[in-house]
Amino acid sequence: MSEPPHRRRAHARGSDLERYAGLFAARTQVMRSSAMRDLMAVTARPEVISLAGGLPDTSTFPPQTFAAQMTRIAQESAAEALQYGPTEGFGETVDCIVEVMGAEGMLPDPEDVIVTTGGQQAIDLLCKTLVDPGDAVICEAPTYPGAIPVFCSYEADTIQVECDAEGMRIDELETVLERLDGEGRRPKFVYSVPTFQNPAGVTMSLQRRQRLVEIARSRELLVVEDNPYGLLRFEGEPLPPLYQLDGGDFVIYIGTFSKILSPGIRLGWAVAPPPVMDKIVLGKQAADLCTSTLTQYFVREYFRDGNWREYVESLSEIYRRRRDAMVGALGDYFPPQATWTEPGGGLFVWATLPPFIDTGDLLAKALREDVAFVPGQAAYVDGRGANSMRLNFSAGNEDEIREGIRRIGKVIAEQVELYGALTGERPAESDPRSQPTQADSTVIPFRKAEGA
Amino acid sequence: MKVAVLKGGRSLERGVSLRSGARVEDALGRLGHEVLALEADGELVKRLEGERPDVVFVAMHGIGGEDGTAQELLEILDIPFTGPGVAACVRCIDKALTKHELRAAGVPTPDWFAFNQTAFRELGAAEALGELEQRLGFPLVVKPSRGGSSLGVKFAESASDVPAALVSAFSYDDRVLLERFVDGRELAVSVVGDEPLPVVEAIPLPGHNYDFEARYEIGRTSFVCPAQLGDAEAAAVTEAALAAYRAVGCSGFSRVDVILGEDGPQVLEVNAIPGLTDTSLLPQAAEAAGTSFEQLVEKILELALTPARA
Repeated sequence: MSEPPHRRRAHARGSDLERYAGLFAARTQVMRSSAMRDLMAVTARPEVISLAGGLPDTSTFPPQTFAAQMTRIAQESAAEALQYGPTEGFGETVDCIVEVMGAEGMLPDPEDVIVTTGGQQAIDLLCKTLVDPGDAVICEAPTYPGAIPVFCSYEADTIQVECDAEGMRIDELETVLERLDGEGRRPKFVYSVPTFQNPAGVTMSLQRRQRLVEIARSRELLVVEDNPYGLLRFEGEPLPPLYQLDGGDFVIYIGTFSKILSPGIRLGWAVAPPPVMDKIVLGKQAADLCTSTLTQYFVREYFRDGNWREYVESLSEIYRRRRDAMVGALGDYFPPQATWTEPGGGLFVWATLPPFIDTGDLLAKALREDVAFVPGQAAYVDGRGANSMRLNFSAGNEDEIREGIRRIGKVIAEQVELYGALTGERPAESDPRSQPTQADSTVIPFRKAEGA
Repeated sequence: MKVAVLKGGRSLERGVSLRSGARVEDALGRLGHEVLALEADGELVKRLEGERPDVVFVAMHGIGGEDGTAQELLEILDIPFTGPGVAACVRCIDKALTKHELRAAGVPTPDWFAFNQTAFRELGAAEALGELEQRLGFPLVVKPSRGGSSLGVKFAESASDVPAALVSAFSYDDRVLLERFVDGRELAVSVVGDEPLPVVEAIPLPGHNYDFEARYEIGRTSFVCPAQLGDAEAAAVTEAALAAYRAVGCSGFSRVDVILGEDGPQVLEVNAIPGLTDTSLLPQAAEAAGTSFEQLVEKILELALTPARA
C-alpha cells in the first residue's frame, strides 16, 4: 500500500486546547518563544540574505577528512562508537578539551570537566543545578539570545547589566549586587560571554576581568564564563579568560566545539568545582544519560591528526575578511546616526539605530528586500534593545554581506527620512522625545575598534 | 473529491499559513478526500493546470493569499475555491477600505484617519497630526492598513509617541491607520456560510498584551468560548459581526473582530481567511457549537461548491 498523500500527525482539535492548557507547567508561562518566530520563518526563504543566524561556515571542512575519520571509526571501533558512554564523557574527549583550553592558557583538572550536548546544554544544566524559581541571575545587556529562554524556563529573575566597549560594566554590577544585598538576596550566578560577545561583539577589558574575579572571590559569587569564540581572534593579543584569572574556584567555564569544528556534532563542555560538578552530572543523567558517543569518537579522531589549530586559524582568516566586509559596508550604507561595534573576533556585529526605529518592525520591511537580521529585543528580557540589531558575518561570503548591509541601509534610510518628514525635519539627535530611550543604546563608543 | 490545499506564500504570516494548511490537510485526509498540498510559489499555476483539483482550499493569510491575488488566479483558471471571493478579500485586507464599507453600511467602527506615506513625504501631512490627535484623543492606535495579525500595531499614549509608531506601521504597509482606542473586551465572531458561531473572547494573560506572539501560542492568551456575555450583549455583538460580514461581501467563512466597549460593539476588522491552527479562534468557536474540525472543513468545502458567491 502506498503512503497516503497527507500527513498523519495527530492534531489537537479545538476542544483539546483547554485540556492542554490545563496541563502546562507554570514555567511555560514565562518561556519566551524566540523573538518574532513567525517573522523569522520567512527568513528561511532561499532568496533571503540572512545576517540573522549564527552559523559557522562548515563548508570549509574538507569532506575527505570527514570521510576518512568516520571510516576509521567504523572500521576500528564500530561497536563502541554505537554504544552508550559515560555521563561525564570519555576521557579521550576530555583530553581534547584540555588541549583546546590550553590553547587559551587554561589548565583545567580533567576531573572537573563534563562533556555536554553543545554549550547550550551546559547553560541548561547549570540553571537546573543552581536556579530555583525567582532566584536572581545576572547577565550582560545585551546577552546571548539563546540564554534567555533557558533562564526563563527555570523561572529565574534575570537582571541585565549594561555593556559598553569594554564589556560588562562592573561598576553597575556592583550597584546591582548591593541592591540585592539590601533585599536580602544572593544571585545564583553572573553569566558572561567576556570575549567577542554574542550579540554585542565586544570584549571585556583586562581590568574588568580582574575586578569581576575579585568580586566573585570576595563575595563567593559564581561567575559563568561562556567562551565559544575566544579562539576566533582576528587581531590583537588575547586576554586571559576569567577561568584562568580565578583558577576555577568561583568561575564555571563553558566551552564548545561548535565554532572551532562543527555545531552539528553537538559537543560542548562545562568545567566546574567538584561539588557543583556532582550535581551537574546528576542533572545530565536525567537529561540525556550521555553525550553522543559517535561524535565524541569523531572529535577524538579529528584531534589525533593534530591539525585542529590550523583549521581554526583558517576559519579566523575567513571570518576576519567577512568582518572587514561588513564593517566597511556599514560605513558605506548605514546612516550617520547609526553606530556599531567592530569586533576583533567572533561572529557578530551589534548595530544601534536612532531610537525612533523599532528593529522588529524594520525586519518586516527588510524582508521585503530579502534580507534578515536579529532584532535587538531578542537579547533582552525587558523589551530594551528595540533600536538595535545583531548582524552575523560568519555565514555568508563577502559579496552577500555587502549586499545584505546595503539593503538594510536602504530601509533604514527610508525610515529616517520618514521620521524627519513626520517631525518637521528635526534631526533625531536633538529630538527631546528620543532622550528617555537613550539608555537603550548600550554599547556606547561604537566605532572605536574594541581591539580586545 | 480531489482537494488542493493552498498554503505558504511570502507573506509575514507564512508560518501561520503552513500550520493552518497542515491541519486542513489532515482533516481532509480523514474525510477521505484526495489531498494535494500546494505551496504558493512560482509553480502554482502550472501545478493547478496539471492537477485540475475539484476545489482549492485556500489556507493562506496576509498579503498575497488573503488579499484576492490567489483568488483572482483561481477564478481565471475556473477552479472553485473556499472562502470569500476576490472583491471581499480586497476589501478585508485593507482596514481603511473595510472601515469605509462598514461606516457606509451603518456598522459601528471606531473613528479613524488613514494616510499613505506620500501624504507625509510630499504633502506635509505631519502638520495635520495635531488636529487629528485632538479629534481621536489619546491613547490612539496606529496600525498598518493592510496585513493581518497584530504586527506593527502600536499604542501611542501621547503625541510624542506618534511619529515612531507611524514609522513602525509604515514598515508593513504604505498606508496606515490612526484609530480611536476603544477600551473594552476583545471578541471575535466567526461566520460560516451565513451562520454566526458562538462569540470567542480573547483574554491576554497577565504580562502579555494581545500581540502577534501571544495570539498564536497556547498558554499566552486565554480564550473563552462561548464568551461570558448577557443575551442582549451577545445578540448585539453577533448582529454587528454579521452586518460587517455582509457589508464587505464575505462568503464561505470569515472572522469578524469586535471590541465591546461602553458604547456597545464596534467592529475593528474582518479577517477574510482567519487562521485554522490549533490555537485559532474559528475552529474553537465551531467546536463550541458542536462542530468538529472535520465537519467544519467539509462545510467550508460544500460552501465553495455552492454557486452563489457574492
